[in-house]
Amino acid sequence: MTKTPKFLGRLPILPIAVLMIVLVIPALFADFIAPHDPFKAYLRNRLQPPLFFGGTTEFILGTDRLGRDILSRIMHGARYALVISLVGIILGAIVGTVLGLIAGYMRGVVDALIMRVVDITFALPSILLALALAAVSGPSFQLVILVVIFVIWGFFARQVRAETLILRERDFVARARVAGASDIRILRKYILPNIINTIVVLATLQIGVVIVLEATLSFLGIGIPRPIPAWGLLVADGRQLIVSSWWISFFPGTAILLTVLSVNMLGDSLRDWLDPKLRQV
Amino acid sequence: MLRFIFTRLTHMLIALFVITVIVFSLSHLTGSPIDALLPDDATQQQIDSLTEHLGLDRPYYVQYLTFLQNAAVGDFGDSTKWKGNTAAAVVLERLPATLKLGGLAVLISVVVAIPLGVLSAIWRGSIFDRMAGIIALLGQSFPAFWLGIILMWIFAVTLGWFPTSGYGGLSYMILPAIAMAWFQIAALTRLTRSAMLEVLDTEYVKLARVKGVNERAVIWKHAFRNAAIVPVTYFGVLAGSLLTGSVVVETVFAWPGTGLLAIDAIRGRDFPVVQSVVMFFAVFYLLANFLVDVLYAVVDPRIRFS
Repeated sequence: MTKTPKFLGRLPILPIAVLMIVLVIPALFADFIAPHDPFKAYLRNRLQPPLFFGGTTEFILGTDRLGRDILSRIMHGARYALVISLVGIILGAIVGTVLGLIAGYMRGVVDALIMRVVDITFALPSILLALALAAVSGPSFQLVILVVIFVIWGFFARQVRAETLILRERDFVARARVAGASDIRILRKYILPNIINTIVVLATLQIGVVIVLEATLSFLGIGIPRPIPAWGLLVADGRQLIVSSWWISFFPGTAILLTVLSVNMLGDSLRDWLDPKLRQV
Repeated sequence: MLRFIFTRLTHMLIALFVITVIVFSLSHLTGSPIDALLPDDATQQQIDSLTEHLGLDRPYYVQYLTFLQNAAVGDFGDSTKWKGNTAAAVVLERLPATLKLGGLAVLISVVVAIPLGVLSAIWRGSIFDRMAGIIALLGQSFPAFWLGIILMWIFAVTLGWFPTSGYGGLSYMILPAIAMAWFQIAALTRLTRSAMLEVLDTEYVKLARVKGVNERAVIWKHAFRNAAIVPVTYFGVLAGSLLTGSVVVETVFAWPGTGLLAIDAIRGRDFPVVQSVVMFFAVFYLLANFLVDVLYAVVDPRIRFS
C-alpha cells in the first residue's frame, strides 16, 4: 500500500495525456467528435493542405486524393488500433500464461514440448506467415488477431514458465501441497497471484509491439481489409504523394509514433513500479 | 560439449519438422491449391490434369511425405509467376541482396549500440545516459515502414543526399539499412547497458579498482568482456527480426531482396515461391540461433549444465 502514493507522485502525465488524446478518446467517441464522415469523398476538396499550411478550418489536417478528411479518418482508425491491441493482447496473454503455468508446474516432457512450440513460433517469420495466410484466405480482422496472438503468446509463456519453476519450489507451495491442495488450486491461489504483476507489465510492454505489428500489416495491405481506415493503410495511401502532399502519410504516421511512444513510456514506468526485476529487450 | 550440441541439433530438427508441417498445411488450409494456381475460368480438364500432376488426388500424408522429400533437397516446385524457374532458384537469386542489406544493418547496430550501451552504463544518470535512453525509446517506438518513409522524405527527396529507392551500391543501402537497424540499436543498447551495470557491480571489478588497475582497463578488459556475453545471445533474436524487417524495408525502398520477393509472390499468388521464402527464413533463423547457443556454451561452460 505504501507504493501507491509513490507511483501516483511519479505518474507519467504526458504519455497518459497523449494516449487519451490520440488513441482512447477518438476510439471511443469518433462518431461524435470527428468533423466529417471518414468515408465521404469531397471531390471538390481533393488534396487540401492542413490548416496553417494553406488549408482551412474545415479540414484541419487536410484531405487525401479523394477529398476525404484526414483527421476524421485517423480518429476512426484509432478504434481499430485499440480494439486489436486489447483483444489480441488479452487472448495472447491468456494462452501464454496458461501454457507457461502448465510447462513450469508439470516440468518434464510437457515442459519440453511447450517450450519447443514457443521456439517454433519465434522461428517462423510472423509477417510472412500473415502474408501467406492473407494470400489463401484474404485479409480479415480475425487474421490480424490470430497473427497477434501467434506473435506474443511465446513471450508470456517463457516468462510465466520461468517464474513458475522458481515459485513451485518455495515453502508456501510445498506447505499447500502437504495440506492437500490440488494442483489447480495451487496454481490459482499460490502461483498465479505471484506472477500477475509480471503479466500486467509484459502486457503493457507488448501493446506497442502489437500496434506496430497491426500498422505494419495494414501498411502491407494484409491487415484489416479496406475500406476501414486503419492507420497503416492511411500511411500507405499517401506514400507515393509524400513529396507533393506530405500530410496524407504524415499525420497517421505521427499518430502511430505518438501512441507507441506513450505506451512504451507508460510500460517502463509500470515496470519500475510493479516488477523492477523484469528485464525486457 | 558434444552432447550439448547434439541436444540442440535435435531441437532444431524438431522445430524444422513442425515448420514443414505448417508450411505444407498452409497451402491446404482454405481449399485446394488448385484455386490459387489456375485462373478462375479454368476448364474441368485443366483442373483434373493439374490435380493429378501435383498428386493432390493422393492422401494427405503421402502428399506431405512427397513435400518433405522434395523440401529436403530444396525443391518447392516451379515458380508460377517467374516462369521457367524453380521457386528455390528465384529465392536464391534474391538472397544476396537481402544478406547485403541485413549485414550492413547488423554492422550499424553493433557499431552504434555497443559503445552507446557501455558508455551510458559507465556514466549512469548523466545527460549522455538520458540521451541514450531517449534514443532507445524512440527506436522501440518507430515502426520501420514509417521511419523508412521519413528518412526517404528528408534525406533522399528534400536534401538529395541519397537515391530515393532501388538497387545499387552503398549510397542506395544506407537509408534502408538505418531503417532496419534502428530498432536493433534500441534493443542492443538497453541490453548492453544493463549487462554492463550488473558486471560493474561485481566483486572482481571492485577488486580490480582497489588494486589500482587503471579505469580504462577495468572497463574494457574486466567488465566489458564479461558483459559482452549478453549482447551475443541477442544475435539469435536479431537474425529473426532482421528477416521480418527486410519484408517491410525492402517494400518501402523497392530493394529487390527476398522480402520484396515474398510480397510480390503473394500478390501474384505464386505459392511455391512463398513456401520457399518461409522455409529459407525459418532455416536461416534456426541455424543462427543454433550457432549462438553453441557459441554461448563455448564461452560460458556453465550453460551446458543448466
